[in-house]
Amino acid sequence: MAKAKIKFPVKAAKRAAPSRVVKSKPVKVQPVPEPFHASNRGTPLIEMREISIAFGGIKAVDHASIDLYPGEVVGLLGHNGAGKSTLIKVLSGAYKRDAGSIHLNGQEVAINNPRDAKGLGIETIYQTLALADNVDAAANLFLGRELRTPFGTLDDVAMESETRQVMHRLNPNFRRFKEPVMKLSGGQRQSVAIARAIHFNARILIMDEPTAALGPAETAQVGELIKQLKADGIGIFLISHDLHDVFDLADRLTVMKNGKVVGSARTSDVTQDEVLGMIIAGKCPKGAIPGPGALRDQAA
Amino acid sequence: MSNTPSSQSPALSQESAIARFLRATEIDTRMLGMIAALLVIWVGFDIYSGVLRPGNGIFGGSFLMPRNLWILLVQTSTIAVMTTGMVLVIVMRQIDLSVGSMLSMVAVATGVLQVYNLGPALGLGHPSIWITAVVFALLLGAAVGCFNGFLIAYAKIPSFIVTLGGLIAYGGTAFLIAKGVTVAPMDKTFKLIGGNGPLASIGPFWSWFLGLSACAGIVLAILNGRRQRIRFKFPLRPVWAEVFIGITGSIAALGATAVVNAYPWPHKVAELYALENNIVIPAGIENRDGSAICMAADKIVHCVDGLSYQTGFPIPVLIALAVGFVMTFIATRTRFGRYIFATGGNPEAAELAGINTKRLTMMVFTLMGALVGISSVIASARLDAATTALGTLSELYVIAAAVIGGTSLAGGIGTIYGAMLGALLMQSLQSGMTLLNFESAYKDIVVGTVLVVAVFIDQVYRRRVK
Repeated sequence: MAKAKIKFPVKAAKRAAPSRVVKSKPVKVQPVPEPFHASNRGTPLIEMREISIAFGGIKAVDHASIDLYPGEVVGLLGHNGAGKSTLIKVLSGAYKRDAGSIHLNGQEVAINNPRDAKGLGIETIYQTLALADNVDAAANLFLGRELRTPFGTLDDVAMESETRQVMHRLNPNFRRFKEPVMKLSGGQRQSVAIARAIHFNARILIMDEPTAALGPAETAQVGELIKQLKADGIGIFLISHDLHDVFDLADRLTVMKNGKVVGSARTSDVTQDEVLGMIIAGKCPKGAIPGPGALRDQAA
Repeated sequence: MSNTPSSQSPALSQESAIARFLRATEIDTRMLGMIAALLVIWVGFDIYSGVLRPGNGIFGGSFLMPRNLWILLVQTSTIAVMTTGMVLVIVMRQIDLSVGSMLSMVAVATGVLQVYNLGPALGLGHPSIWITAVVFALLLGAAVGCFNGFLIAYAKIPSFIVTLGGLIAYGGTAFLIAKGVTVAPMDKTFKLIGGNGPLASIGPFWSWFLGLSACAGIVLAILNGRRQRIRFKFPLRPVWAEVFIGITGSIAALGATAVVNAYPWPHKVAELYALENNIVIPAGIENRDGSAICMAADKIVHCVDGLSYQTGFPIPVLIALAVGFVMTFIATRTRFGRYIFATGGNPEAAELAGINTKRLTMMVFTLMGALVGISSVIASARLDAATTALGTLSELYVIAAAVIGGTSLAGGIGTIYGAMLGALLMQSLQSGMTLLNFESAYKDIVVGTVLVVAVFIDQVYRRRVK
């Protein structure tokens, strides 16, 4: 907690005056967090409203709502099976939602497949990295949006050239451009996955357990990258098991349990113990706004 | 993110000369191994056959003779064409067991169309017969492949089951279409596609033209690659390595041309052609080893400087080479090919990258079907008949060729040229053992053993490379 305050002193000072946004249901009234860019005050960059999705009768996500502002990092927490990855896969187009709507800058958008999401600037770094292990870095970076020559054939040279540039920024030591990514180290593979997400002018970045497979030095590097992307005005959803990560990097957090949102809070308003209580018991603390998944007696 | 040293950094002095050579030329060492195995087999057969009965081969046998190599190439083409498609199917983590039965079915249907329908309707030998037949075979193959692909991709039935069902059902369909009889003879132009008859080869002039064009193509490709790398300031291959590749490629192209051109028409065929076209048969000098023909008191004798026609590249081999070229292009230079490999490497990742893997699966099986259509034309044209047994067991040879050629059944890995070399290797074994008069039971044992051993060696090789 102390660490988080040191990281974001500005936020702590401005905490006094939260503005409000009115939504369709009174339950959903939430204070808007401090935007990092004054011009973006008001409309969230992305807003998922009342999303539900079920797999064979099991409600993986049940009326979950979540939002994200430009230049903001929102941590999404919860147990295994809490529905956080599923919710986020609805946003990235991997799953089709049963109910609910997605709004980009206040406008409702249709996301039915990964291509739709990418077209809207929503990029995802999956926990599994989702790399095709048998092809090289450039082929992975451009998978699904290859550069082509005027004849319609793959322009491998141009793709390799761009890959060299973006990889140089992320990982200056990377030189194994011709090798299939299965031969790369965990960190190198991670940087390929990150390069793919940020290379196409992403507006919203979803990072699913980005540091799960990384060592301390590489984790710190990912942290640096997140701060840099924040400064560029990109909104980031950070899915993590790791409370420390979330308190280090996120401005706000949302906790899910059994497919429902337990509550949302600014990281500076809650302690790690309180968040742990939200994750395990669904108890929503004072500093957080309760969601439909919060324990009844605590929600009031 | 980590600081793992790259593979390019170790000091050059630590590498052996061979390693440095391989790295500079970027030659696929696996392909080198296959070519070495092929040469060992060829030389072995030539020596062995020479021991049994001396011949004109390089090592005194009858295997490494232009005629045998020419026939070997023709025999390989059917399997070689289909295996290019099988590579993509296997790379996609699928399998197609139905290609043999499909080949029989398409061949029989095409045969019935041209022999019972088009022939009587248009008159025998009408030029549109062969064109219609070829287009029909291609479309029918593609349609059947598409049907397989639909069941696999959209009905989500495993490809093993769908195509196993196809193996049985298409064989039965072939029998029904042919009513159990052999459909023959084929149209006389159609027959040329199978390398049947003296005019089914393009002759020495066009063969040299093709050989030289291939050399020019190799040089242009090297220059273009170099220009591209310079444009983007990538590290270049050393000039000596480029020159080496250019020269080796050109020697291979011209060598193949020289071999096929060194095989003359059989003298009876040449004589018949001369008689039909009122060509005077020159005298020549009688010589038992001569390849040309001379008339000596109404008898044909071998001679030097007599009437001789060089065959050049046979049409089925040209078709197989063209298919190999196009399929390599599709696999490496198009989005379609890139998606096939990415899907084989990680289907989930491909899906998440926005690739429509279902449609892709269906397209790959459609392509496989079209290639079966091409092979059915070659096979029935070569036999000059369509039978229900035409494709029997060829699905297994096609798969074996792809696997020997380095295609991984786990998906994601495979090359077109490797599979075609695999087909040539398998056919060399079969053909060589036939030449040596092996019983067919032994042939099967050897071919089966080679398949297993080849995959074992490949596994060991891959583990060591890793």
